[in-house]
Amino acid sequence: MANFIDRRLNSKNKSTVNRQRFIRRYKSQIKKSVEQAINKRGVTDVDRGENITITKKDLSEPIFHQDRGGVKDRVHPGNDRFVTGDQIKRPPQQQGQGSGQGDASDSGEGDDDFVFSISKDEYLNLLFEDLELPNLEKNQLDKLIDYKTVRSGYCAEGVASNIDIVKSLQGSIARRIAMTSSKRKKLKVLESELAVLVDDKHEHVQKINCIKDQIVILENKISKVPFIDTFDLRFRNFAKQAVPTSKAVMFCLMDVSGSMDQATKDIAKRFYILLYLFLTRTYKTIDVVYIRHHTQAKEVDEQEFFYSQETGGTIASSALDLMVKIMDERYKESEWNIYAAQASDGDNWADDSPRCKKLLTESILPKARYFSYIEITQRPHQTLWQQYQEVALSTEHFAMQHIETVEDIYPVFRELFKKNSKKAA
Amino acid sequence: MMKKREPLSDQCDWDFDLLKQYQTEIERVAKHYRLDTYTNQIEVITAEQMMDAYASVGMPIGYNHWTFGKKFIQTEQNYKRGQMGLAYEIVINSDPCIAYLMEENSMTMQALVMAHACYGHNSFFKGNYLFKSWTDASSIIDYLLFAKNYIRECEQKFGIDEVESCLDACHALMNHGVDRYKRPQKISLEEELKRQKDREEYLQSQVNTLWRTLPKNNDGIEHKKPTFPNEPQENILYFIEKNAPLLKPWQREIVRIVRKVSQYFYPQKQTQVMNEGWACFWHYTILNHLYDEGLVTDNFMMEFLHNHTNVVAQPDYNSPHYSGINPYALGFNMFIDIRRICEYPTEEDKLWFPEIAGSNWLDTLHFAMENFKDESFISQYLSPKLMRDFKLFYLHDDDQESFIEVAAIHNESGYKKVRSALSEQYNLSNIEVNIQVINAEIDGDRSLTLKYTPHQNVPLADSKDEVIKHLYSLWQFDVRLVQDDENGEQEVIAQCPERDSDLDTKKAS
Repeated sequence: MANFIDRRLNSKNKSTVNRQRFIRRYKSQIKKSVEQAINKRGVTDVDRGENITITKKDLSEPIFHQDRGGVKDRVHPGNDRFVTGDQIKRPPQQQGQGSGQGDASDSGEGDDDFVFSISKDEYLNLLFEDLELPNLEKNQLDKLIDYKTVRSGYCAEGVASNIDIVKSLQGSIARRIAMTSSKRKKLKVLESELAVLVDDKHEHVQKINCIKDQIVILENKISKVPFIDTFDLRFRNFAKQAVPTSKAVMFCLMDVSGSMDQATKDIAKRFYILLYLFLTRTYKTIDVVYIRHHTQAKEVDEQEFFYSQETGGTIASSALDLMVKIMDERYKESEWNIYAAQASDGDNWADDSPRCKKLLTESILPKARYFSYIEITQRPHQTLWQQYQEVALSTEHFAMQHIETVEDIYPVFRELFKKNSKKAA
Repeated sequence: MMKKREPLSDQCDWDFDLLKQYQTEIERVAKHYRLDTYTNQIEVITAEQMMDAYASVGMPIGYNHWTFGKKFIQTEQNYKRGQMGLAYEIVINSDPCIAYLMEENSMTMQALVMAHACYGHNSFFKGNYLFKSWTDASSIIDYLLFAKNYIRECEQKFGIDEVESCLDACHALMNHGVDRYKRPQKISLEEELKRQKDREEYLQSQVNTLWRTLPKNNDGIEHKKPTFPNEPQENILYFIEKNAPLLKPWQREIVRIVRKVSQYFYPQKQTQVMNEGWACFWHYTILNHLYDEGLVTDNFMMEFLHNHTNVVAQPDYNSPHYSGINPYALGFNMFIDIRRICEYPTEEDKLWFPEIAGSNWLDTLHFAMENFKDESFISQYLSPKLMRDFKLFYLHDDDQESFIEVAAIHNESGYKKVRSALSEQYNLSNIEVNIQVINAEIDGDRSLTLKYTPHQNVPLADSKDEVIKHLYSLWQFDVRLVQDDENGEQEVIAQCPERDSDLDTKKAS
């Protein structure tokens, strides 16, 4: 006897829980690995998972087992040269002794790292654990920007191209049944009367003629009911539905004046990657605009943004000016969710800083969802920081943070976007 | 009288109708050879589900633990990189006997797998004395389900971390959860459920009695303090379950679950060669029988033999593929050889195996399957001819010497030595380390002492320190692992918590 069971359609991921347990247990190591991985990626390269490396030592499941040494008696197959009593020099590194069973077999190997990959979702979840998209809740519903045409039932009027044939014919059948049923009933009665009379032994010529006339009249009436009527026609109806826009634009502003070295730029880059990753979780299409500036601002591509060197003074407002211009030209705030991140070493021409503040409060912040400013420097803050601080006090969706070294970047990012528990309290 | 039969289709793709046709024929032949099996439950699964099954180390229902997740990830990695193929089947010692067939297999492979797992392994599970006495196939699924639910409840009540660390500790000692020389109680779910509640309380009360600190009657006579336990205990998990002073009742139950699962796998560890050999012998014999009847085609046989040959191949010691003796090869050839000895004995066979040479081969084979484990099976049935065929040689490696000695080879003077050496290689007490609980200080500091008795001077690997830490987390008082040195004195080789030795002697005095 045997029963066959097809289990192929059963849930596949029987091990998911165990996998999550594993990730849970090694979260700290995995997180470290994830953070290191950010360095190696381009800003927009987020569509894949990541390889995670954990040293094997951390993963061991220790059991008591025998070590090398002592007396080992082993039988091997395939003797091609030995006779009893032969003495063989011991190989320098003891080879795997083929111990048959037991877990001792890994003793001969080096400490390989345990490498495995996590999916994109797991990667992002680990990265953005406890983080919240700024302002999302508040603005999600009150700015319905995009419209989508969707089907919404049927209506009796419309253009010919939208006629729904099936629905219309259904209507036609229903109408014909409704309009003829009483007549058909009468017709049936008359026909059976006629049959009775015809079968009768006696003759009823007059009666029969009378009934026949009535039948003809009824049949005519029935055939006059039209096959299709304008009343039957049904048209597909469409409605416009408002959906929240899924488009976002991210402005990366960076100071590339002589005072910004490559290390500083790398720190900034990581910050932009994080911001981008973060946005991809909420928006389908994301444009990234790179604006770099010294005394003049310029829109550039990613490569140039991070890796070309310019020198000169610094006028931060030039970048803000350009951003405003680009926003007006290409990214209407009614269609796009606007995010911006500005990175600088804090150097700015002192007279320019108040102008930055003015631009920010008057032209940018009213339109943007979120504006973050990070200052990467080990020196004391200068005028730009002071001016921005005033902005930060008065505006909720503006945040600023100070970064000194690479290690700060992630905590600062978390700090900027952390779930706003204070607000809730 | 046998009429020429229409052969079964040998198309590559299988469907359920065809599977059933093959299964019916295979079952008919299996009955013909008196293979007694549990009812088969054949489940078709995908490769991914196969990896799931791998990860749970052959338990159809496993409790949740990170190590299974780790195994799954490892399997998945290796499989995706092409470093390993998946097994064609997994079969579970349960009643009904569950066999997993992989969807990717061709029809030929499915037939091979059915003959191998559903009739070979299955009849072994039902017939072999070790499985009979150590496992209860009818209740294992229920028990595993009970275990899974129990552990999940514990996780809800006491938190995942608590349960996880308890399981970690138990897993480290999993190989020490069996009394090798005692017939175990079978796992029975009803009893398990019925007693579980009582047991929690009862066990705790027993422990409390053991650790009672009330002063004893002092009758002026110094009794020689009896040691506890009276005799060394090799079943460490059992000892912990019954005697650990501070474990909570649910923790004792978890120790028990791990112990029972370990007991379930205990026979499999000792019958690898026999079990695989038996299954290979039968898929080979059954499918050849079908071929002789004209039920399977030449195409079918070619594909089957190709796979079969790969499975039972034995690379030589100097081959890059060599990784010890292939249990499939050794087992398969031994059963084939026993049949040969019965049917066509040579003079040599008559000398070596007077009682089976010329006997009924089927009776002899069934007897061998039912009454032996790897160790005794080899020492009983490995014939000189097979040793010659395998060209077996025996290396004696003593780390006190500067060379390795060839102690015996496949010749007249060496047969017996080679055979007993190979048999010893499968002796579980030589493979697994011998560690026993020798003393629990019930009147003193509650410390626990275990003793490692080396086999042929083989030292214990460094992992012992980690395992002792796990043991400490269960016992929660000092744990020491000792070993006799050359002078017969006990020497501490691992302890937890770490302590200076002089502090230790002070305590002992």
